[in-house]
Amino acid sequence: MSIDMAQFHQVFFEESFEGLDIMESGLLNLSPGEPDSEAINSIFRAAHSIKGGSGTFGFTEISDFTHVMETLMDEMRDGRRQITQTAVNLLLGSVDCLREMLFAVKEGKAIDAERVAEHKHALDLEQKNSGSSLQDESLPAHELLSGPAHQSASKVIGWHIAFSPHADLLKTGNDPVRMFRELSVLGELEVTADFRGVPDFYQIDPEECHLSWNLILKGDIGRGPIDEAFAWVEDDCDLAIQPLYQAEDLSLSASANRQQQPATESIVQAVISKPVDSSTAVIKEKAPGDEAKNKGSTSIRVDTSKIDTLINMVGELVITQSMLSLIGEHFDMSKQDQLKNGLAQLERHTRELQESVMNIRMMPINSVFSRFSRLVHDLSNKLGKKIDLKLIGEHTEVDKTVVELISDPLVHLVRNSLDHGIEMPDERIAVGKPETGTVSLEAYHRGGNIVIEVSDDGKGLDKDKLRAKAIEKGLLEEDAILTDKQTFELIFMPGFSTAEQLTDISGRGVGMDVVRRNIQALGGNIEIISELGKGSTISIHLPLTLAILDGQSIAVGDETYIVPLGSIIESLHIKEERINRVADKGETFLLRSEYLPIIRMHEIFKVPNVKTTKLSEGLLVVVEGQGVRCGLFVDDLLGQQQVVIKSLEANYRRIEGVSGATILGDGSVALILDIPGLVRLANQ
Amino acid sequence: MASILAVDDSASMRQMVSFTLKGAGYDVVEAVDGSDALNKAKARKFDCVVTDVNMPNKDGITLIRDLRALPNYKFVPMLLLTTESGMDKKQQGKEAGATGWIVKPFNPDQLLKTISKVLG
Repeated sequence: MSIDMAQFHQVFFEESFEGLDIMESGLLNLSPGEPDSEAINSIFRAAHSIKGGSGTFGFTEISDFTHVMETLMDEMRDGRRQITQTAVNLLLGSVDCLREMLFAVKEGKAIDAERVAEHKHALDLEQKNSGSSLQDESLPAHELLSGPAHQSASKVIGWHIAFSPHADLLKTGNDPVRMFRELSVLGELEVTADFRGVPDFYQIDPEECHLSWNLILKGDIGRGPIDEAFAWVEDDCDLAIQPLYQAEDLSLSASANRQQQPATESIVQAVISKPVDSSTAVIKEKAPGDEAKNKGSTSIRVDTSKIDTLINMVGELVITQSMLSLIGEHFDMSKQDQLKNGLAQLERHTRELQESVMNIRMMPINSVFSRFSRLVHDLSNKLGKKIDLKLIGEHTEVDKTVVELISDPLVHLVRNSLDHGIEMPDERIAVGKPETGTVSLEAYHRGGNIVIEVSDDGKGLDKDKLRAKAIEKGLLEEDAILTDKQTFELIFMPGFSTAEQLTDISGRGVGMDVVRRNIQALGGNIEIISELGKGSTISIHLPLTLAILDGQSIAVGDETYIVPLGSIIESLHIKEERINRVADKGETFLLRSEYLPIIRMHEIFKVPNVKTTKLSEGLLVVVEGQGVRCGLFVDDLLGQQQVVIKSLEANYRRIEGVSGATILGDGSVALILDIPGLVRLANQ
Repeated sequence: MASILAVDDSASMRQMVSFTLKGAGYDVVEAVDGSDALNKAKARKFDCVVTDVNMPNKDGITLIRDLRALPNYKFVPMLLLTTESGMDKKQQGKEAGATGWIVKPFNPDQLLKTISKVLG
């Protein structure tokens, strides 16, 4: 058969990694000594699925390994084994090992056999420790798979089978005719029915089986296949299988039988002579083969209700479309109102359709959050700290790309909190805090953004220390005046680290600026609030989706630019008396006792044909990016609209001050401004 | 062609079973767990049920017991997909009314052979 099993690998890997996550979080929640049967069950189920799948798809190393884990967990499930911390840690380690194996197989690399053997050995040891005798269950899979032994039948020329089903055999869905058909494939089969057990007509229960059979199966056939044919009904019948040695005996009894029951035989033979398997060719045709194999890991799991909504939306759209084309067919001015209504409806439906399509890309942030239980568990052990992890709002939905890209920055932030934030237990007690520190991860929606916060109740950031450090590193002038916010911002500067002792946990202090860059690459920003002795909170603001942006179009000369709506604070006419000019350094605008640097858009982007270069004749769009405010000097405001973001990097190259491009309704291209980049550009 | 209800919480196994059987021309409906399967089985009659054992929301053995209690499914062949370590499961399955079992891991050939054994 040529079904290409590789086409199922993608799904298998996805669900196996999911299964590993389930196992991991289940194991972390398992408290030693207190077996929670549902928890163990779900862990077991996950392992079991991985084993079944890996065996089926030909990853024997994985299925063998999972088998050992499963056996251990099976004992825990049945209460035959105590749940100890050692065992849990061992299983957690094995989950890691299994994950590596799956990765290796997925990437087509070799499995690290040494590491696997090590873990397997540890599991074996643990299993023997309990003293439970599960010898036969721990046999490698292939030994049990070989099925009943195929005995040699050199002298045997056939078999006599006496088969008397119990009355309720049919109630398991088994059917003697089918079994006979299976036997008939093995060799020449003669069937004789025995009617003696059939009761009087009025007492017959049609749901029960009253017949018995004598079967003669001729041919060079082993016992194995015959046992196999009856394997499902062993306990539902009386069965005697005896070898036949002499040809004379066989033909005698066969001919005798034939004379006795010619009718039965012909019926059964008619049934059994049907070809059993003619499906091979069909499947060959239909196997999509390599196409499926080459698809990348870009699939997404979507709730069916979301798909239903989408289909519903499309239905509405089709109705609107047909309504509009009806109006268009015989259009005159009297139908103008109808047309307007139709167009309004079309707009509404398009927007709803867009929303529901975007919704498909949304997935709960839980998939990122859940891995932190393990991280915190492992790290707090390593650091000798006591730490509780609180997850809040883990069902908040985020764009799939955000989910994939936010993970690494978050890991970095959580590690920082654990390592530098939370104090050692004795330090905490000394300052009157509970011994156990708390780190919380929270996600929620605010406006068109998703906010993710990492907070801890640790020692917080020391402003004086930050300042001193920055000056020492030459990142800050000694007489610089900084607000609290600006002081905290220092930790995002490249080459800044506050830990006196670098540890292997939060690395070498190159992290925070990288974290910020990653967040910015996602179109978001990051802020930190901290109070000495009380803890820190780092908030990440990200756009809900990376594909669509609410923007304000602005005109500069003949060009149109898009400013992300979220970064606009206000737009105003410029009054000459509020402008301050600093020689060679540019201009500022006084807005409610704050001096805003003015960025002249036409100068930055070298746009010709501007309406005016006189500040008082244009407009100032006040924008904010990463805590810095500035005013953009533009010709005009055009309108607000949702724009589809096209990557500039993918099609051209990265340009400072521009985060992407979009195509406007009239077909022209507009650049989308990156406010922080623009500020940097203006400062150069 | 005969209709088959394929029940497995593992998407890859379910797809493999379903794809194999569809390729052989069977009419296959998938269910993600026991209770999903029971609902689908009540909505229409299937000629055969193939189910995994270990599943959330009603395991395969309970599913078979529940199905056997329905008049429509008294004699319908029902097969368990089970692993070699589940010998006791086979016994429990038989008691619940399973027709037989297919031992995991299996390949499409083995699956089709077993299905054609019960459906012809």
